[in-house]
Amino acid sequence: MDSNSLYYSLELVAGSGHILTLEQRTALESSLVLLKKNYKFSRVLFWGKILGINGVYFIAQGRGEDEMKDKKNLYSLNCMDWFLLPPASDSMIEEVSKATKGRFMGDPSFVYEHQEIHRQGKGNEPVNEKAVITVTEEKRLAVSVHQIDAEVSVVPRGAFIKSPRGLVQLNRSFCGLSEAEARKLDNFLHFRQSKNMKKKSALDMGDWNPAMDYLDALSDDIPKGSWSLQFEFARKVCVLRSLLWFGLTFYHVPMTPQHGYIYIGDGTKNLDLPFML
Amino acid sequence: MDGKEERVQSAAAFKSYMLKNSTKSNLNLYDHLTRLLTKLMDEQPQNAVDVIEDISSDVKRGLLEEMQSTLQDLPETTADVELAKQQRLLFTRPKDVDHEEELVETPLPNVSELSFYLEQAGVGLGREEMQRIFLALKQLVESQLLLQCRLWGKILGTENSYIVAEAVVEGDDHSIDEPAEEEEREVDTQENEIDQLPQSTYKPPSVVPKEATGTGANKFVYYVCNEPGLPWVKLPSVSPAQITAARQIRKIFTGKLDTPIVSYPPFPGNEANYLRAQIARISAGTQVSPQGFYQVLEEEGDEEDEVSQSNYEPNPDFEGIPAAEMAESLSNWVHHVQHILLQGRCTWVNLEVKPGEESNEEGEADEKEEEPDEPEPEVGPPMFTPISQDAESLREQHYVINIGRKTDRHVQP
Repeated sequence: MDSNSLYYSLELVAGSGHILTLEQRTALESSLVLLKKNYKFSRVLFWGKILGINGVYFIAQGRGEDEMKDKKNLYSLNCMDWFLLPPASDSMIEEVSKATKGRFMGDPSFVYEHQEIHRQGKGNEPVNEKAVITVTEEKRLAVSVHQIDAEVSVVPRGAFIKSPRGLVQLNRSFCGLSEAEARKLDNFLHFRQSKNMKKKSALDMGDWNPAMDYLDALSDDIPKGSWSLQFEFARKVCVLRSLLWFGLTFYHVPMTPQHGYIYIGDGTKNLDLPFML
Repeated sequence: MDGKEERVQSAAAFKSYMLKNSTKSNLNLYDHLTRLLTKLMDEQPQNAVDVIEDISSDVKRGLLEEMQSTLQDLPETTADVELAKQQRLLFTRPKDVDHEEELVETPLPNVSELSFYLEQAGVGLGREEMQRIFLALKQLVESQLLLQCRLWGKILGTENSYIVAEAVVEGDDHSIDEPAEEEEREVDTQENEIDQLPQSTYKPPSVVPKEATGTGANKFVYYVCNEPGLPWVKLPSVSPAQITAARQIRKIFTGKLDTPIVSYPPFPGNEANYLRAQIARISAGTQVSPQGFYQVLEEEGDEEDEVSQSNYEPNPDFEGIPAAEMAESLSNWVHHVQHILLQGRCTWVNLEVKPGEESNEEGEADEKEEEPDEPEPEVGPPMFTPISQDAESLREQHYVINIGRKTDRHVQP
């Protein structure tokens, strides 16, 4: 969620049970402002917390001119000193998925090790080669943040528009979804490169606007039902929770441009989802 | 002069062009531009030239809405209005309350203090929500005449969430008993007297009986509601079969208590039972307190077999352990709720022993299930096992100690 709105938006997502202490909130307010200036971000967001066993990571995200492509992630252990996370490349993702298991430790220099045994069979004497893959927790953090963003980051329809130059930017005329619109899952979109641009029938495309509809809707997610949409806070705030990554909460106050998402959880994907529904 | 006249004429021509009604929408450009510029004059938005198209389409849309307002407004009650009405009741005080200062201990703990400490741990529901929950708990206590009540927590569901309150009810309450208490062993007998097919001698294993209200897993009664202000619903007491089934499945709650739970192995009951079983498991596994805070109530006439460990009370001699020591190791924290055995109960029940082969099996099960999973600690009765001993049976560390501020300490499971 945007650092400018931190002081009130945290209350709106508190229904998930996770809040920041007063000390953390005040520290964040000052440190995020400094971060924005130092890295020259156009917007800086407080992305969330990843809870490890021995420590907690606070994650911030800075956005540049193009909201979707110029993203930089930073982490901190104490809300004051921030360290840049490396961007997640495909090879890193592969390494991390092989080597890491269980929960985050809480120490960025912790090393996960994984042994792979390659069999190189030549004739009758296969030779076992052991390859050890080591992954630091920092890399695991970078990959997890990237995956969570790619899979469950949410924005309301119309909040970000594609400019004629192809840049994705904040829509300043966005005045919020109406109450009726906020109850339908297809008005919420994934904030990532569109993966499946289904050709919709002419009926569905009644309100189609190329500047707004370039992202995938949440209602197309498989399995259906992996999002929980509720009206909380005395039915005033629309809260979306992901069941695929427990801890991702998105809020939107209908008829206002206030929206944002935050992830507070242990950074593990819920692979049992199809059985749990 | 001619030039001026020409200009005036062309201006008039242009104006009449603008005043022409469009064939499609019955609007004309002149009026639209007038309205648009009026709106810009009134509102004066920043960088208007960038958003002019949106403002223009807003103006057009605004016209349409005006024309449709000839219908009378139906008095619609939306969901949030309903909830607001219910929640308003929370804030009213009953008129016949004695205004004397009652120094009697209230059944409720100091919720605002609790929410402050939980906030230090990073756990909470936001101050407004906690306030509403506190008022709803007060309402619950007054309506149900509970002896003790505390907020247990919140369970998230897909359509609705549950707010759970833990309470001690006075008197034995057998009103909500499952009809499945007695196992119906109907043997299909064929009434005809001709050759009967061989009857199967299989008898399904006997059902483990539920624990009585007030003991073991059913020590507390739980009430749930979807939102503070809505009426509280009492959850039925839990049976061991439900606990064993709940250990084997993982299901997300929907928020409606009567949803059936479709799973394999099949869960005996609906969502209310599953919720109750999970609450029982969570309470038994994770409620901890500093060592020495609670002590066992001394009861007379204890049999050796059944050590009544379910009664404990705050230790008046507890002096408090310094915070640094508490945060240092897990052995300073102990469980104070009885562990649920594999059988699904807190006290082991010897099911009917059958003669022959089965007695050996029962005998083995006898030994296994007689002791709880944790070995006997050196300090205190088995109930107050330090949680450092949990790590032996479980692979990962399940408790984490965090230091909140410099003055606060807490444990996060």
